[in-house]
Amino acid sequence: MCTVCGCGEADQHHHPHVHDSEHEHTHDHDHRHGHHHHHHGRGPAGLSIDGLSQERIVRIEQDILGRNDAHARGNRQFFESHGILALNLLSSPGSGKTTLLERSIADLKERFDVSVIEGDQQTENDAERIRASGVPVLQINTGKGCHLDAHMVGHGVQDLKPADYGILFIENVGNLVCPAMFDLGEAARVVILSVTEGEDKPLKYPDMFHRADLVLINKIDLLPYLRFDLERCLGYLQQVNPEVETIRVSATAGDGMDRWYGWLERRRKALLAERLAGLERQAAAIRAQI
Amino acid sequence: MHELSLCQGIIDILETEASKQHFARVRKVRLLVGPLAGGDRATLSFGFDAVSRDTIAEGAELEFVDTPGLAWCFACDRTVEIAHYYDPCPACGGHRLKVTGGEEFRILDLEVE
Repeated sequence: MCTVCGCGEADQHHHPHVHDSEHEHTHDHDHRHGHHHHHHGRGPAGLSIDGLSQERIVRIEQDILGRNDAHARGNRQFFESHGILALNLLSSPGSGKTTLLERSIADLKERFDVSVIEGDQQTENDAERIRASGVPVLQINTGKGCHLDAHMVGHGVQDLKPADYGILFIENVGNLVCPAMFDLGEAARVVILSVTEGEDKPLKYPDMFHRADLVLINKIDLLPYLRFDLERCLGYLQQVNPEVETIRVSATAGDGMDRWYGWLERRRKALLAERLAGLERQAAAIRAQI
Repeated sequence: MHELSLCQGIIDILETEASKQHFARVRKVRLLVGPLAGGDRATLSFGFDAVSRDTIAEGAELEFVDTPGLAWCFACDRTVEIAHYYDPCPACGGHRLKVTGGEEFRILDLEVE
């Protein structure tokens, strides 16, 4: 039985294909644990009586994302208790997410323990790029799936074993729709929007931008050559998410990257301060007992 | 198509409840879905047909129950109704809104046998 979620007891579920080592995998790694089998056409007592309808209404009142949210709570608790700043990085394909990550790792890895979970439908390509920068990385291939979910990330973290007090970047599948609904247990959601895309992306994908904590406006060095209306884009962002923070960056030219690192450092300090305050409260409670 | 994962989530809940509440077949699933929930209804119904095959919910109908999108307007100091995250306050036209309802995505009840 798996210790992340006890999924040996779950009725039906799939593990994603996880790569955590240097060698090539080609095997299909889909597990199904303990699939419950239900027999059709039998009543509660296993009897079927002619002429008596067994139809009834069953109240359930359950959130459909309840299971994902429970896994996300577990992940969040793990990250907080280990002082790990976990960030969910989201964007459309081609926004420069992996390039931004490569540059960030190169600039940050001397100061912090950085590790990465890469989510893609297929291939190990992004993990290879990150691995070249010399930090621990784990690739999750979602297969048919269009997003990472909290259960996949829970297993990923178990395999990756990110360092305590470090920064964990979770690069979600490039998609502005599907990942929006799935909490992974992250401390913050960072959405990357590049100026080579349409300035109305926040309005076209409001679910994603509404839930963002930070929007990085990438490829800002290309702005003079494009018809991207930055002010209008920022206005749309405010419209769907009045509290969102924005930072303009260029992952290739380096513009604004210091502000992004400053944001990371502030978030990390806040997380650690909260962890410390919790431990001090706990210590005081124990001290009061002796 | 994250709706497929959501439908799989619905089936998982139904199968767990079937063994707890002793039913063998699901005829109808009533879902409370807010306008801000982020799941397309037509896609959900389509996905549910595919995912429910060979399960206790094969052939079951999905029924959607509406619930309004609500937000607190800081300028008007009251709750207003919105249909999208980008909607302005219908009273003052401003965007200082905090969403308070309409993100529900929940199974209400089932018609079973």
